[in-house]
Formats: sequence, structure tokens, C-alpha cells
Amino acid sequence: MKKEEVPQDKSALSNFTREVCYVRNADGKYETALSTGWEVKAVALDNAWDEVKERVAEAREAVARGEKSPVYYFMALNLMDMPVISDYTGFWPFFIKRHLRPSVFRGLGNRKLEKYAKAFGITVEELKNFKG
Amino acid sequence: MRFEHIQSAHCENGVTTALLRHRGIGFITEPLAFGMGSGLFYIQIPFLTVNNGPAISFRTMPGAIFSRTCKALGIDVVRKKFSSEEKAEAYVEKLVGEGVPVGCQVGVFHLPYFPAEYRFHFNAHNLIVFGKDSGQYQVSDPVMEVTTSLSPAELTKVRFAKGPLSPKGQAYYPIVREGIDDNVIRKAIIKGIKRNIRDMLQIPGGFAGVKGIKYTANRVRTWRDKLGVRKGGLFLGQIVRMQEEIGTGGGGFRFLYAAFLEEAHGFLPDDELLSLSEEFTRAGDLWRNNAVKMAGIYKGRSTGQSDFDEVADRMEEIMEVEKKAFQRLSLLKGLK
Repeated sequence: MKKEEVPQDKSALSNFTREVCYVRNADGKYETALSTGWEVKAVALDNAWDEVKERVAEAREAVARGEKSPVYYFMALNLMDMPVISDYTGFWPFFIKRHLRPSVFRGLGNRKLEKYAKAFGITVEELKNFKG
Repeated sequence: MRFEHIQSAHCENGVTTALLRHRGIGFITEPLAFGMGSGLFYIQIPFLTVNNGPAISFRTMPGAIFSRTCKALGIDVVRKKFSSEEKAEAYVEKLVGEGVPVGCQVGVFHLPYFPAEYRFHFNAHNLIVFGKDSGQYQVSDPVMEVTTSLSPAELTKVRFAKGPLSPKGQAYYPIVREGIDDNVIRKAIIKGIKRNIRDMLQIPGGFAGVKGIKYTANRVRTWRDKLGVRKGGLFLGQIVRMQEEIGTGGGGFRFLYAAFLEEAHGFLPDDELLSLSEEFTRAGDLWRNNAVKMAGIYKGRSTGQSDFDEVADRMEEIMEVEKKAFQRLSLLKGLK
């Protein structure tokens, strides 16, 4: 990439930082330049977030319909897949999958609920009372 | 000694460069650290998805660049993992109190100064803690233009992020015992190049090194039929983000390697290095052009099977360019 080709597009980096790029100057030698972002990857990032938002909305509806427990919604909201939530709570995926069922979730004791609440950064009450 | 913040294209290179410079290794630059640490790589882990997309990396294992670069220069590395959050904090607090800046591996999901858009569960980010001022840790994050700070609770939280590649409080710093002359630097460059040749050309299995690029190309051809245009587009978007996003920079890494070969020429005066630097620049440009092509798909502008095929064809072209470049590199006289 040549120095004059460094993209200076609007991106999520605004108000945060510019990023370092290695570019060739007029003499063909490498130097660094700063970029405010590149539209090509800004769109990729936007799309990834649209997808996340869609999954969160679907999870909310599934909880409201009584098909899934609140754990399912807060996992989606916090972008947590099975390995991540399993590591944060210390529960095996087999048990987490069971906790996604509303009937099993209702029977969970406070100690387990606390682990989930801590992983999601909310209180046990917020977790228990989430209705979708 | 006052700590000097260095902004870099990639976090681990930046941490390595800043920590070594602080210890008086004045010649070290980001490209040299990257090259000596054999940072260039490619892998797609089969059957695994990360953030609901393909698991691709354009760089070597987290932690490897720092350790290899130090080792190649005869510098000792102190690296510690912790199971106790209290002990992990006490360790860093003590070191910075003694004036020793410390590298820390962290997760970005809870990193407060990162924009929300960048906070995924990515656990191989690196930063330097270089002081404590009015109860706040002073932080030099290499992706940022200026230094920042974190409260003790915030620092502990990111050092104990969970999930794949969890940092487990990992902290590290170099101990420089003796001066480094040009001969040592030359040897470190040669070692870094040889290991990178091995990683890119000789690694077994069909999904890592230059062969890994072809593996991804083959997958890309199937995505439209298997996943549909929308999800296939999201998968391509993930490649672009892994390739170009801050701190991962795959296309950018090819430019970084080109810059490394150019700097290596200062220590190993063989003009083939300059010619190969141009080849890696070409590879970087091809990666970027392909990102534009992939964007055409995930923007919904050109979404036919022929478009997916074209992306795959270009990946195979990139594979050939990188393969030839590493083969030529392996014939370099200075490496013998």
C-alpha cells in the first residue's frame, strides 16, 4: 500500500484512536501512517453487529414465549457462546444447556443464579425477573 | 527512567518493542520484533467457529512474538500466570512500584476505553502497565495514540477474562543482561526468517501455512450453496475483519513483513531481501483488493456463485505469491 492510498474513512475508531499502517513512501521505503478507518471493514463490523442484534431480539422473543430461560437471552446479549459462558460460570455445557429450559431454570438455587448474574454483570433479581 | 509510549500496528509487537526499548534496546522496531518473532502466519481451524464465523488467524500464537524475539536476542523473559486475582494484582503493583513496566495479556470484552463496537470476547490483547497514580494504573495500549488508565478492579477484570485463550492474569517483562551487537541481531533475524519459512511452508496438515489459504479458498467456494448469500457474506465479513481489523491486520501483516525484510537488509546486505520485500508488499495489496471484492458480496452488490469463486481464485493467487516468496527466501545465501 502506498502512503497516499491510506484510507481515511469514518469508522467506529472515531473518538478513540487512529490506527498505524505500514506504507511505502515516494522513495519506495516503508514508513508508518495513521488511518481513521476503512469503509470496507467498517461495513463488515456493522454487519456483524446487525447479526448480533437480530440474535438478541430473537432470544428475547423466545424467552417471552416461554421457550427459553433468561440465561439464553443474556448469553446472546453478552455475545457469549457455550465455551465462554461455561468458563465464566464454571458449569459444564451439558448443565448450561439444561439451564436454558425455563422449567429447569425455575428450580435453580441462589448459588447457581449468582454465578450467572456475575457473568452477565447483573443482579440475581434482574436475571430471575427477566420476562422477555 | 520515564516510560515511552509506542503506538504500533499490532499489540504484541508494540508491547515487545516498547518494553525492550525501555530496557535500552534502542535498535528494536515493530517490524524487527515481528520478523524475529516469526509473526507471519495463516491458519483456519477446521470445524470451529468463533463469533459465529470461521476461525481464521493471520498471525502466530499469542505470546510467541515476545518470547521468541527476546530469546533470539539472548534476553531473559519473566512470565507468570496466576490463579489468585489478589496475587496477580499485587505482583504488577510491586513491579511498577519498582519502576518496571509490565506486559499484560487481557481480554477486550470488558476493556472500558475500547469502543463498544470492538468489544468481542477476544482474549489475546496485550498492553503495558507502567505506573500507578492516585489509585489508577497507567496503561500504555499499543493500538492507541496516547496512554490511558485503568482502575485496579478494571485491570483485574480484563486480566481474568474467560473463554478461549483466557489470559489467567498473565504478566511478563524482559531482563536484559548484556549489550547486543550487530552479530546477535543478524543471527536473530536469520532465526526468525528460518522459523517463518518452516511455519508457512512445512507445517503438516492442510489448513495452516500457505496451504491454509487454499483450504479457506475451497471453503469459500461452498459457502453460497451451504450457508446462503447472507450468512456466506457474514463469513466473508469475518475474514475481512480478521484480515484488516485493528490488532489483527492480516493484509497489514504482509506489509509489516515487507518492512521487516527492508530493515533486515540493513544487517544482511543481500538485495534479494529488497526484491522479496516487494513480493510481500504485493501479497498485502492482493489481500486488500480481495477485501474490496468480499465487501461487494456482503454489501449485497454482487452475490453470485461467480463472485464467491472469484474471491477463492484470488486467495489461491495470494497463496502462490506467498509460497514463491518464502521459497525464494529459503534460498537466501545469508541463511546458510
